[in-house]
Amino acid sequence: MNLWHGIQDGLVAMPLVIPLLGMGLSLMFWKQPRARQTVGVAASLLLLAVAVSLLRMVSEQGITAMRLGSWASPVGILMEVDTLSALMLTLTAIMALVAVVFSGAGNDPEDRHRPLMPLLMVVLLGVNGAFLTRDLFNLYVWFEVLLMGSFGLLILTGGREGREAAVKSLTLNLIGSLVFLLAVGVTYGLAGTLDMADLQIKLAQVHAERPAAVTATAFLLLMAFAAKAAMFPFHFWLPASYHVPTAGVCALFAALLTKVGVYSLLRLFTLPFAVVQGWETVVGLVAGLTMLIGVFGAVTQFDMKRILAWHSISQIGYMAVGLALLAAPAAEVRLAGVTATIFFVLHHGLVKPALFLIAGLVESLNGSTNLKKTGGLYLAKPILAVVFLLAALSLAGIPPLSGFWAKLAVIQASVSAGAGWLVAAALGAGLLTLLSMVKIWNEVFWKPASGTPLPTARRVGRAGWVATFALVLLITVIGLQPQLLFDLSENAAAQVLADRARIVGILKVGP
Amino acid sequence: MTLLLALLVGLLFTLGIYLLLQRTPAQLIIGLMLLGNGANLAVFVSGGLTRGQPPLIAAEALEPAADAADPLPQALVLTAIVIGFAVIALAATLVWRTQVDHADNDLDAMQRTDT
Repeated sequence: MNLWHGIQDGLVAMPLVIPLLGMGLSLMFWKQPRARQTVGVAASLLLLAVAVSLLRMVSEQGITAMRLGSWASPVGILMEVDTLSALMLTLTAIMALVAVVFSGAGNDPEDRHRPLMPLLMVVLLGVNGAFLTRDLFNLYVWFEVLLMGSFGLLILTGGREGREAAVKSLTLNLIGSLVFLLAVGVTYGLAGTLDMADLQIKLAQVHAERPAAVTATAFLLLMAFAAKAAMFPFHFWLPASYHVPTAGVCALFAALLTKVGVYSLLRLFTLPFAVVQGWETVVGLVAGLTMLIGVFGAVTQFDMKRILAWHSISQIGYMAVGLALLAAPAAEVRLAGVTATIFFVLHHGLVKPALFLIAGLVESLNGSTNLKKTGGLYLAKPILAVVFLLAALSLAGIPPLSGFWAKLAVIQASVSAGAGWLVAAALGAGLLTLLSMVKIWNEVFWKPASGTPLPTARRVGRAGWVATFALVLLITVIGLQPQLLFDLSENAAAQVLADRARIVGILKVGP
Repeated sequence: MTLLLALLVGLLFTLGIYLLLQRTPAQLIIGLMLLGNGANLAVFVSGGLTRGQPPLIAAEALEPAADAADPLPQALVLTAIVIGFAVIALAATLVWRTQVDHADNDLDAMQRTDT
């Protein structure tokens, strides 16, 4: 029995151990890019295997946890896997594999001097840590880890533009982190603990006496994570940086960075800050504005990658709708809202990276993603055109692709909560998304080629094409068979909304 | 003492935000440093200040005295200072390099990636 517990604990630690080892190993192969690539692929495959077995373990045995140093829960730091964590770990592993294969597939001679793989592993380490931890300060540390990795990737792959984009994204994310740190300090001052389940009990007591202090802290956290998730008033860093790095890195960013922000909001406001009232109204307003600002920004752009970056903002708005519905009095509505958010995060975490990868392929063929300098790809590469169409229509929410089910879930939940204007915003943003996707289709694929392709350093090898097509195939399969993923999302939402303090209390073992 | 430190936190944030709004690279970095120090100090203060009572356990006792200082905020601040130092080091190098790119002392000149 003890051995079995040891293996379980070990499995929970693996999503952190594998990227750490991968980082060290790939640093050792400084001058052998091929060996670095092998380490990256092996690490991503191992991560995928671990994530899938964690997902199976959680659905068979319920929530599994590991206590660092075997300290009991409120004292020690708890690493916990529930269905939501396991799903997010699986998404991370899939996107890590795709990004590693795609990034390694370039024929760019410069690449061998760029230590991308160690930094990629740092990002994975931070993201996985954020998905596992149930300690507020620990979450801050993982956020810093993933940010440092992402700045490194941005600077290394973006050249001059990358450095400039990194200044902007670093400044705004750093301010977000400082606000987060401030809120962590105030939370500790109020409740005397940072363990999320313990906080749920203690903050409820503090809230009864000093509601203003707890509410102010909750809003500080909301601001910090809105900045990290690129929600409306704090979204500026995203369109200034997402279009700059190479496509593989871009795909990893689009899949994971903002999602960690949404994930953290979901955790914090269902667990420690569940007692705070009124923030849902603000989130609802922010969600609607984020959807609209994102699509309006995209409409004005004339570069494929920049259009996609703006749409990332708009899609964050859809994810935030589920959070806004947490205020609903009916339990079914809350469940529907959180389910929609989780399903949307998973759908978008696959579709948006796929579109960025296709933009990378277009850049490799055409030398540019500027819509004015592209064209004729429908004749030259018909399969790529079909693949783009599948991914783009999925993003816009056309049945029977995954985006349709994700948007349907969001809109159904909003209708049942009676949030009419959120429904209107979601439908309007969906229409404008379709408009932008049609614009890309017309300019890049349909119109005749405009002269000779420009020379480009960003060539993509065969493995990159295979990775992109495989990802779009996965999206299409999810669109045709959404039930499995939807059931998993609903299961995850039910766990997130359940009385967590009690569950963790049962899990707790003596020191 | 708490009030004094709270005012100091406020002062650090004010100066930090003022410098951020000045739009030169050096002031951006110093502003971020001041904001970081303000946040660290705020964490330290909000954990509660205890003077001259180290959280040490006496030879016979099993736990520290009830009025001893709480070591956790200090551990948090120590971690945050180290992280902040690394981030600022990266930011300073990055900003210096972009200034070389631009040969301009105004952050508003950085518009290549803007939309």
